[in-house]
Amino acid sequence: MDFDPACLSPEERSSMRLRALYRQRGYTQYRMSKFEEYDLYAQNKDFLVSNQVITFTDLTGKLMALKPDVTLSILKNSKPTPRELHKFYYDEQVYRIPKAAKTYKEIRQVGLECIGPVDRYSCLEVLSLAAASLRALSEECLLDLSHMSLITGLIRRCGLSQKAGQQALRCFAEKNLHELAALCAQENVPQQERDLLCQLATLSGPPRLVLPQLEQTLGSLFPRELEQLSALTDGLEQAGFGDMLHIDFSVVNNMSYYDGLVFRGFLKGLSTAILAGGQYGKLAQEMGLSTDAIGFAVYLDLLEQLSDDPVPPDADILLLYGPDADPKALDAAAAALARDGSSVAVHPIIPPELRYGRLVTFQGKEGVSR
Amino acid sequence: MKDFLNIALPKGRLGEKAYRMLEQAGFPCPSAIEPGRKLIFENEELGLRYFWAKPSDVAIYVERGAADVGVVGKDILLEYQPDVYELLDLDIGKCRMAVAARNDFRDDPRKTLRVATKFSSIARNFYAGRGREIDIIHLNGSIEIAPVLNLSDVIVDIVETGTTLKENNLKVIETIVPISARLIANQVSCKFKTEPIARMAAALATQKKENSL
Repeated sequence: MDFDPACLSPEERSSMRLRALYRQRGYTQYRMSKFEEYDLYAQNKDFLVSNQVITFTDLTGKLMALKPDVTLSILKNSKPTPRELHKFYYDEQVYRIPKAAKTYKEIRQVGLECIGPVDRYSCLEVLSLAAASLRALSEECLLDLSHMSLITGLIRRCGLSQKAGQQALRCFAEKNLHELAALCAQENVPQQERDLLCQLATLSGPPRLVLPQLEQTLGSLFPRELEQLSALTDGLEQAGFGDMLHIDFSVVNNMSYYDGLVFRGFLKGLSTAILAGGQYGKLAQEMGLSTDAIGFAVYLDLLEQLSDDPVPPDADILLLYGPDADPKALDAAAAALARDGSSVAVHPIIPPELRYGRLVTFQGKEGVSR
Repeated sequence: MKDFLNIALPKGRLGEKAYRMLEQAGFPCPSAIEPGRKLIFENEELGLRYFWAKPSDVAIYVERGAADVGVVGKDILLEYQPDVYELLDLDIGKCRMAVAARNDFRDDPRKTLRVATKFSSIARNFYAGRGREIDIIHLNGSIEIAPVLNLSDVIVDIVETGTTLKENNLKVIETIVPISARLIANQVSCKFKTEPIARMAAALATQKKENSL
């Protein structure tokens, strides 16, 4: 019997599409066990979306965790030699408490990681794959790009304490200009730096509009970061992703782990970002790797919010047989009806809950289509 | 189908004030404030859809994308920390989140402080910052009676004029944070309905300035 892709859920279809995309670019699949030693997550709790982890003691007395994250496991097991790049993709279930929920959820996450000396090309490749992933999921999509070194560099320049720096970062994430201005006033940040910080927090839009403004205000302070952003957006435009690209500094991530590009992907019709990623060299270094890393995850469970497909019938055909039906002839009739790929439900009475497309009645040795 | 801008407002006085401000800023929908039990109202011509929600639910509607924008008190944002953009302080519904206690209260640092509140998260964060051990007693209303009946030592609650406290022989002993209404927006709506949301935030900022003159 031929395989019918229509019987796959949107999540399954998308996962197949994304995996094919990553394989095409030479990424190899990383498979991990459902369980990992809890220590791995305990040492890097702040990196996790939620620090609640399902744990249990295994038969040897070790405290184990039902995996809440994939990146940490890949980093732990990846040991690239100094000039080598490890490129993995994964399709895994993770178990965590999403921010807006009160209970654990099983979340299907597809993504990729590139670990090693991440150069300009690697960044462009990962961002292109992020953009292509979004486009494979929906035509109406956006990829927001930001830069942690630029934001944290400016925060440091303002002389903010660590606590105030975290508050400033939260204001960036919330596009909360009024509280950012109040924080700067409270911390006696000089007017010039204050203006720069507030300007950066509000900058958002297509690169062709945002980059010239950035160049004008921060060009002399952060030439390396701006040159990187400019080269990457050029590359993405050339690859045909220009129309879905925005620069937006509300995309921020934990300062302790992320130190370069950060990005987030959105689909029209969803309430939250479906893709999140960035350069997390600091995390790699904290885990003992003297190298850089970049990657992203796509949260496929969100796709069910987009699906407007009507609920399909339970069976294409209901074959209803009478008391005098010959079992062998009935079985042959069911097989014949299913030959073109239709699903056939065979019942002596019409089940009240069954949704079916066509009704065929069967008496004695013959079926009659209605 | 017309792409409406969905606006969630909190039921009650704050919501009505916020609606007036939006109306003055050029986003009217007169049926929204007509008496009745209807909760959703549309101005088809301007592409606006207003709806009234329980104040603590406005942030949920916005975070989950059922509303593109909403007006909500800072107290709700601090308590639930939704993933939304906080675009503007509207400077209305001003009050403060405060610690209050009986007039004769003296803190005994040797004991765990019993704190009655609707705002468990705000109270927890406030006392964690001071390293003070507390026992949170989560209540859903009439918080002021907790210290009077010796259910708690202090309360953490919103104080507007202080009249209710005074009438129950309580006093503010510390202000945690000033509170006012904020314009919030869903993060994805800001990407795909950028222009109307930015226009609304800018018009409200202008309106706020005019109102303060």
